[in-house]
Amino acid sequence: MSTHLVVRTPVLSGRVPVRSVAVAVLGGCLLVLTLAWSIGAGDFPIPLADSLAVLAGAGDPAHRFVITELRMPRAAVALVVGASLGLAGALFQTFARNPLASPDVLGITDGASVGAVFVIVSGSSAGVLATGISALGVAAAALAGALLTAAALYLFAWRRGIDGTRFVLIGVGLGAVMTAGVSWMLSKAAIYDLPAAFTWLAGSLAGRGWHEVTPALYALAVLGPVAIVLSQTLRVLQLGDDSARGLGVRLQVAQLSILLVAVCLTAFAVSAAGPIDFVAFVVPQIALRLVGGSRPPLISSAILGALLVLLADTVSRVVLPTELPVGVVTAFVGAPYLLWLLTRTNRKVSA
Amino acid sequence: MTTIAPSRERPALAGTTAAAAAPRRRLVLGLAVLGVVLLVAIAASLAIGSKPLGLGTVWRVLGENDGSDAAIIVHELRLPRTVLGVLVGLALGMAGSLMQGHTRNPLADPALLGITAGASVAVVAAIKFLSVTSPIGYVWFAMAGSVVAAVTVYLIGSGVSRTPSPLSLVLAGTAVTALLVSLTTSLLVNDLTTINAYRFWIVGSLAGRGMDVATQLAPFLIAGVVVALAHSPALNLLSLGDDIARGLGQNLGRARAVGLLATTLLAGAATAACGPIAFVGLVVPHVARAWTGPDYRFLMPYAGLLGAILLLVSDIVGRVVVRPGELQVGIVLALIGGPFFIALVRRRRLSSL
Amino acid sequence: MTRLQAVDLSVGYGDRSVVTDLDLAVPDHAITTVIGPNGCGKSTMLRALGRLLRPTVGHVVLDGRRIDEISTKQVARELALLPQAPIAPEGLVVRDLVARGRHPRQSWLRQWSADDEQVVAQTLDWTAMTDLADQPVDQLSGGQRQRAWIAMALAQQTDLVLLDEPTTYLDLSHQIDVLDLVRRLNSEHGRTVVMVLHDLNLAARYSDHVVAMRDGVIVAAGPPAAVITPDLLREVFGLDALVIDDPVTGKPLVVPIGCV
Repeated sequence: MSTHLVVRTPVLSGRVPVRSVAVAVLGGCLLVLTLAWSIGAGDFPIPLADSLAVLAGAGDPAHRFVITELRMPRAAVALVVGASLGLAGALFQTFARNPLASPDVLGITDGASVGAVFVIVSGSSAGVLATGISALGVAAAALAGALLTAAALYLFAWRRGIDGTRFVLIGVGLGAVMTAGVSWMLSKAAIYDLPAAFTWLAGSLAGRGWHEVTPALYALAVLGPVAIVLSQTLRVLQLGDDSARGLGVRLQVAQLSILLVAVCLTAFAVSAAGPIDFVAFVVPQIALRLVGGSRPPLISSAILGALLVLLADTVSRVVLPTELPVGVVTAFVGAPYLLWLLTRTNRKVSA
Repeated sequence: MTTIAPSRERPALAGTTAAAAAPRRRLVLGLAVLGVVLLVAIAASLAIGSKPLGLGTVWRVLGENDGSDAAIIVHELRLPRTVLGVLVGLALGMAGSLMQGHTRNPLADPALLGITAGASVAVVAAIKFLSVTSPIGYVWFAMAGSVVAAVTVYLIGSGVSRTPSPLSLVLAGTAVTALLVSLTTSLLVNDLTTINAYRFWIVGSLAGRGMDVATQLAPFLIAGVVVALAHSPALNLLSLGDDIARGLGQNLGRARAVGLLATTLLAGAATAACGPIAFVGLVVPHVARAWTGPDYRFLMPYAGLLGAILLLVSDIVGRVVVRPGELQVGIVLALIGGPFFIALVRRRRLSSL
Repeated sequence: MTRLQAVDLSVGYGDRSVVTDLDLAVPDHAITTVIGPNGCGKSTMLRALGRLLRPTVGHVVLDGRRIDEISTKQVARELALLPQAPIAPEGLVVRDLVARGRHPRQSWLRQWSADDEQVVAQTLDWTAMTDLADQPVDQLSGGQRQRAWIAMALAQQTDLVLLDEPTTYLDLSHQIDVLDLVRRLNSEHGRTVVMVLHDLNLAARYSDHVVAMRDGVIVAAGPPAAVITPDLLREVFGLDALVIDDPVTGKPLVVPIGCV
């Protein structure tokens, strides 16, 4: 059993493939380095060693101030949002046995967009928020939009239980309605509201901080462990409904809890940073190809998701001549990597 | 136990062929019904609008362009958008069926081949760098963008294995699409003028397109329709799985190339004409399949006719609901089509691909 | 009283009843085979016995309790079932498939105990799959794949095993191979097996108890020699046949003549 790592104590036992541990550990190290780079870079540069020291809880007080007050909040948004989206994507794709079934196609992000764009567009033209857009207002509206869409999705998809294909198709239908709503609002919007709306729709971390990330952080803290617990059920569900029930899985309960966790993770993440569409789709597929096996690994997906978003945001903020929305950069970083993996690994690909 | 019961099954077999013939007649009849519905929709599209015209008037001015107000409205405004609506609807319905058939994925639509995203990048670049701002000006940029994107997706998809598998196409398509969308967004960031023009293109509309748009794109659309119809027996084989299709003598690589060529012609030209109208390609094949079952020889024309009807009806509704203004067809489509699609999915057991 | 029983069982889809008023006591520590023509309700009954289908009337009893009142995980520790033609996700290797049979005995703290490891190793060994343990299931031959799935059901370590047409799509030697495995399961471990088979001669050869069904009801049940008779074959299958003694096993051997 050299390909697996076995943990065994009287109360606790487990077994994980060595490759998934390696990917997670390596991803984690890269994540810490990227974080150190991210919080070190800016108008007041801090050397890597000093940022690492601050991360470890020590370091120069001036450095501590700059990092914890100014740069850490934005980095935290990137980490939380990336991890949530990676995790949610892995859950959706395994559940529906379809790599296209990421939260972006299920209408949940589109529901968030309707809420956010509505506030952006009506806010300033109606003069209610004369000093500009209250960021919290946008985030709250986005969250409400996402959760309402998800509730509608459950309501419509529930018919003596949840069926994977029906669930996804109804999500697609809802998403189309929401997208049309966004397009319509944009075509009616006052011209000076357009840049803000477009920036939000592209997914951006500019100006985001603890205010926006706190709800998403709580959601991840609660739902992340739940997802890990559910992963045991997930791997049995993969054998098909009959086999799963034969192995003692309560099918409806299991499916509903997986979907609920994935939907909430997405809703909170999107409300914090806008629809960073590509992460939930690409990260689980990359993680699957790195780890191997028959389904996207959850923990590695979360770590790589955080890494991708943080890396993209830092590149956008530090390296690029003009700052681009993070959603744009994640695609520039993630898509070529997926394509490269696709052409390189000639094995049969699976969800 | 094949040794059992041949004599018992013979009458049953005869029964099934008789039973299979009946739906066939029903399917042919259904095509005729859809054709009639389409004619009604065309007539309505010519008659209904901010200035309603009687059918008699429409018929008269169609016959001779007498220079009256009615004649100008019909010839300059309603005829082009009706012709375009029929062609584009037909194209998108068929392109969607082709795409779902080739990827064997119920979520696939022509956008997956990068067509919408490719067209968008090209149009945004044309607006930004060449100051093009009219629908007729967008046409060739959009068409070129679609084709380049689709070919790229196809080549990357086939790079994985020599004949692209459904899944590698889906993944390559999504990745390329994401790249192109990001490229579009980065061109738009902080450029208010471009955003302002782009937002009216991305909505998807039949309005403001003259007959010249229709005549320029008609060759592509018609070629696409012909190839798609001729291609449907091959799709029937492919739907049994790659191995069986190959065993039955189908050249997989060629079939996939032909199918995607037709998709590109159809969806590329449709997008060039009206902007991205995503929903038709996704929904119409499901509606058609619920009706015809998995036989692509029927599914293809059904999807085409349904697409044309859906697009025309949505356009008409868009002209009527917010008079004197107009709601763009893309929006109406989603607002009508979305709930309808959800109801359909709930009611029926969807046939898998 | 036997461990697994069906009491006054009716099962249907929608308003169509497939199994009607059926009573069955599955003999413990024996191999029971259900035979009958296509569409007679064999698989439906088996799925109801394995609590995959909820009866419209009556119930299934496991150890004196109604099976729908026992938690599904608890049932999975007593009863394993293998659906017809199951499909493994791409890329899953044999060892991991077999390990998933341990699910009913795992909790999220206790995910991989020494017991689990030992049982999976033994099962692989016992089914002669050790050499193939690291092969993806979707790349195995039909016979090997079926062995892998049976191994998964075996790793569940239940006294009761339900198999829905375990020999479908297999060539004759692989059918024999799989059924020998089932036979050993019964003789070496005393497991109770219920399976659905199409081949009457294999059913006669490998079963202790045969249940013949037609149109959703049991027509006859008992030892193979008592059930598989020319009269019954005529009644249940509409088949005119000679039944002789199998020269190898002495069990009944069906030689079809033609259809009635």
